[in-house]
Amino acid sequence: MKSLVGLWEKNKMDDKEKKQDSLYVKLIPYFEKYGILLLLVIMILVMHILQPDVFLSWRNVTNVFKQISWQSMLALGVFMVIVTAGIDLSVGSIMMLSLMILAIVAKAGAPWFVVVLVPLFAGFLCGLINGLGITLLRMPHPFIMTLGTLYIFRGTGNLISGGTPISGFTDEVRYLGHGRIDLTWLGLEKSQYLPVSLVLIAVVYFVFWVFLNHSRTGKWIYAIGGNPSAARASGINVNKILIIVYSLCGFLSGIGALILAGRTDSGYPNAGLQSELDAIAACIIGGASFFGGRGTVLGVFAGVMIMGILRNGLNLMDVSSFWQQVLIGSIIVLAVYVDVLRRDFGTRK
Amino acid sequence: MTSTNKLLLEAKGITKYFGTITALENVNLKVHEGECLGVVGDNGAGKSTLMKVLSGLYKPSAGALFFEGKEQVLDSPKDSQNLGLEMVYQDLALAGNLPIGENIFLGREPTKNIGFLKFLDFKKIQEMTSAHLEKLKINVKSADQKVEELSGGQRQAVAIARSTAFNAKVVIMDEPTAALAIKEVGKVLDLINKLKSTGVGVIVISHRMDDIFTVCDRVMALFQGTNFAESQLDKTSRDEVIGWIMGKK
Repeated sequence: MKSLVGLWEKNKMDDKEKKQDSLYVKLIPYFEKYGILLLLVIMILVMHILQPDVFLSWRNVTNVFKQISWQSMLALGVFMVIVTAGIDLSVGSIMMLSLMILAIVAKAGAPWFVVVLVPLFAGFLCGLINGLGITLLRMPHPFIMTLGTLYIFRGTGNLISGGTPISGFTDEVRYLGHGRIDLTWLGLEKSQYLPVSLVLIAVVYFVFWVFLNHSRTGKWIYAIGGNPSAARASGINVNKILIIVYSLCGFLSGIGALILAGRTDSGYPNAGLQSELDAIAACIIGGASFFGGRGTVLGVFAGVMIMGILRNGLNLMDVSSFWQQVLIGSIIVLAVYVDVLRRDFGTRK
Repeated sequence: MTSTNKLLLEAKGITKYFGTITALENVNLKVHEGECLGVVGDNGAGKSTLMKVLSGLYKPSAGALFFEGKEQVLDSPKDSQNLGLEMVYQDLALAGNLPIGENIFLGREPTKNIGFLKFLDFKKIQEMTSAHLEKLKINVKSADQKVEELSGGQRQAVAIARSTAFNAKVVIMDEPTAALAIKEVGKVLDLINKLKSTGVGVIVISHRMDDIFTVCDRVMALFQGTNFAESQLDKTSRDEVIGWIMGKK
């Protein structure tokens, strides 16, 4: 008798399992992973319909990538920080300070390879300061440390440059931000070139995708975001990983500075002003969770692209930049609301 | 049985202060091979603090730890893991956003080398996880399921699987059955008996007398951060142990 009841219970449970495996439930993980790409494709289609001649032209597409090139570096850095449930408000200032140091070193007549390496090193050092401050000074939240360095780094950048723009770099220094890869050997026209910055984005994003998904350190970054005490109990040196993450974030901001130097041919005091907010917005739109442990490199890329395409498309249609602000803000709120709804369906309470 | 078997873990005179609060004072503890020690005590008696000292998460203010007769200073949980001591935490210590397999191997992921770079070996993680869950008769849909999708009982099972995946010599379990359905309690207790039979020393912290009297060989009581009483299980009774918890002898 007892075994019969057991069998009946088991059957009931099997039925329940089957119901849970319905097509809809099976689709959720894919939607979770690739939903943001769907939004990107829809946006591209809408823009193409609205601006059929211009939007998907070679010139405009490469333009979009050139415009998002340095923002995409900041966003990737901030994304890693957000995965650990932290925040970095100082990336814009790190980029500005790195850019100013680059400009000063260039003006001093240093060889080009020194000029190229200096902003990367400066960015890394700034990030290291953030990381050490958060862990060693035991700041209650990374928000506070990086809010402080947001002012400190930009102030330092103005102090060393006197608050005035410094212009004029050599071609080698400008290569990453301004260089063109000629495609005439493929039978394309001279104007149909590949921006070096686009290749750089692809390479950097791929390297960091591998790092976050296929290395132990990357896995631990996600684990810290998911449950820091679990990570600590597993013997992971959480502080060390956090210092690495903030340093890499600074390093990426340094790459951003190098790209910006190439694009604008100048170091200027307002470089990267408020770009930390753009970087955070791109991560949020791309599906990263502020509570940590969630989000993908592909999502961040989609988030950066969505913001870039929105700005580009609205510029093409002559929409005022005030409307751009309203729209980007609305997309942030909408994207997070969609995420809230998804989580209601997705996980057990 | 306990006196003849090899001594695995011994804590001598453990004292721990948090600022002006004395959480533990001069506490001693011993676990032998294949033995299950039950640790009981009221809330705030110092059980969890003691376990965190044993696992290396807290450094004791005074006292010493001996693993297999040798004194050891633990700087982090990694050190105790390397010595073969594993901990199953009350708050489960799992990262909900990661799959089962990656939780079990968190911090000790198998890697494969491609050139001079080390990459996670997901295939190995999956295989080892499946084999290990199979061995412990833990049923989940797949090793790739995220932990946040599991029930409380399944999570506890994963936490125990995690602690035993690396040939542990001593496993400490903090309230292993507190969050479980009755059906799952029996499974966990079976699992503890199985571990004992393979020579593992087990320390169980529990409020449930059923647990203590089903799996333990010896029971000790903490009261206000000190050793209060200790006895072989067959020489005491539930009522007496409950009395110890409340500070009565």
